[in-house]
Amino acid sequence: MTASQSPLQVQDATIGYGRVAISEGLNVDVPEGEFTVILGPNACGKSTLLKALARMLKPTAGHVLLDGKDIHSQPTRAVARRLGLLPQSPVAPDGITVADLVARGRYPHQGILRQWSHRDEEVVAEAMAATDITELAGRGVDELSGGQRQRVWIAMVLAQQTPLLLLDEPTTFLDITHQIEVLDLCAKLHREGRTLVAVLHDLNQAARYATHLIAMRDGAVVAEGAPAEIVTAETVHRVFDLPCRIIDDPETGTPLVIPKALAPVAAVA
Amino acid sequence: MSTAHSARVPAPTLDSPRVAGESVPRSPMARRLLGLLALVAALAVLTVLSIAVGSRAMDLGQVWAGLTDATSESYPVVTELRLPRTVLGLAAGAALGLAGALMQAMTRNPLADPGLLGVNTGAAAAVVTASFFLGSFGFGETIGFAFVGAAVAAVGCYLIAGAAGATPARLALAGAAVTAAGYAYVSAIQLMDAATLEQMRFWSVGSLVNAHVAPMVPVVLLIGGAAFIGVLLARPLNALALGDATATGLGVDPRVLRVAGITVITVLAGTATAVCGPIVFVGLVVPHVVRAFTGPDQNWVLPYSMLSGAAFLMAADVLGRVVARPAEVQVGIVCAVAGGPFFLYLVSRRKVARL
Repeated sequence: MTASQSPLQVQDATIGYGRVAISEGLNVDVPEGEFTVILGPNACGKSTLLKALARMLKPTAGHVLLDGKDIHSQPTRAVARRLGLLPQSPVAPDGITVADLVARGRYPHQGILRQWSHRDEEVVAEAMAATDITELAGRGVDELSGGQRQRVWIAMVLAQQTPLLLLDEPTTFLDITHQIEVLDLCAKLHREGRTLVAVLHDLNQAARYATHLIAMRDGAVVAEGAPAEIVTAETVHRVFDLPCRIIDDPETGTPLVIPKALAPVAAVA
Repeated sequence: MSTAHSARVPAPTLDSPRVAGESVPRSPMARRLLGLLALVAALAVLTVLSIAVGSRAMDLGQVWAGLTDATSESYPVVTELRLPRTVLGLAAGAALGLAGALMQAMTRNPLADPGLLGVNTGAAAAVVTASFFLGSFGFGETIGFAFVGAAVAAVGCYLIAGAAGATPARLALAGAAVTAAGYAYVSAIQLMDAATLEQMRFWSVGSLVNAHVAPMVPVVLLIGGAAFIGVLLARPLNALALGDATATGLGVDPRVLRVAGITVITVLAGTATAVCGPIVFVGLVVPHVVRAFTGPDQNWVLPYSMLSGAAFLMAADVLGRVVARPAEVQVGIVCAVAGGPFFLYLVSRRKVARL
């Protein structure tokens, strides 16, 4: 993937919190049109990388480039029309309705003189239809289940109409059914032509849904590429210290990680 | 629907066919527009009452003469006392209501008020300091000192909270610390110096009695200008309500917004506090009641809080002039008597304030 094809790049960046650097000299190219998943053990720097890509953290050295230009030198509202973000724990104001929350995604398209328009209305309706929440429109966000709420937040980000979407652990706190539902939705958004970057915890979900994987450990990228190429027993061991076997997922043919039993397990008849 | 997601069926949990209709049922607007009209009407009535009612009873004819005829007997009372008092009361009430709404929106804390920025203690500390060193001075000077003190305290809180790194929780802690230290300081000076106590006694209750001494034009311009900018912050504040991270994603820089918000709040609350003393319950209670009616959209919360704040302070002031005639009860006391129990009710009913 050459630099000119990547809409979002990290170049020689040192990223961290305060004086603590999590990553140093980090280089990452987010490939255009792919569903990229960032993987790695806890505290490997994957969320930090996502925050840097989302301009929430400014690298103390190096750059994050959006469309080839330093993301911090561009007006933040202009960036918000290119790059949408679903953070790990967004806050829903008390008593807000689903439709009103989704409508807040239109913020970067509005201005003091450009108030709510018919076009905004259409985009919000489309975003709600795409996430299957149209009939929840008038409901309070606080009455919804976790899975519904996550779809509402995704609709809010969709209403932002950005070709690039960043999702920070979108499946955390959801039960398995809703995890799959959210990932299927992400896959659909990817098929429709968006570039997605998500941080996920589950290796097998990552291998099934991602078209591009970035595996991190100790703040550095350990492996990168298509899941079929890089999800190997050797890489998993290098990234997670986890002895495992890899088999084909019987549903999709993608790699499936089977952790080895550490102690010999008594054979079960 | 609420139990559907626990079922083991992997299919989507939605249970009805959906139509990608074009009109989205956003929160209804008509009710909120009507409410706004009702508020404006209430303000008009209260304004008339505030000019017409006072410790000296007059009929409407005398009031009218007092407004229009500079030679009339009632002119000094109506035009030189009650009219400025009414104008400043409206301005201060609007400022306190809006400042409270902004403070709650900015900190995402429904129990925040401008006092959390140390505005009240800062003003009080400046007044006692000036009084201790300079001796007695007039009410006009008190206003000046109070304003400077409020501004210094607000900026101090912001810096202690980490300036650009200030989070809602750190702001609340810094405000509490500055307030505690400020109160200790104010009490210490007052204990040492009886004259200072006397100087402070009246101002610290919160009253509009001396408001006519205030420089009306600068006060109204300051509050008007800050209110204009404050109301324009509604949309970015709506984004900030979704969390700092979401706001960043939507193209709002939370640090820039906090600086703008704190500046506006400082001017609004500092000016109001300087004019009428520390009146806390307006900024705390009014936005709360408003949100219950308007919902969480700041495009409505801010103008509503501004008008409601003005109406509440006016009503309290008029009431204070009527209940103990010919003496009067200071507006700060009326506000506290009305607001205090309500605040207790809120605290007892609400879950812990979300920071």
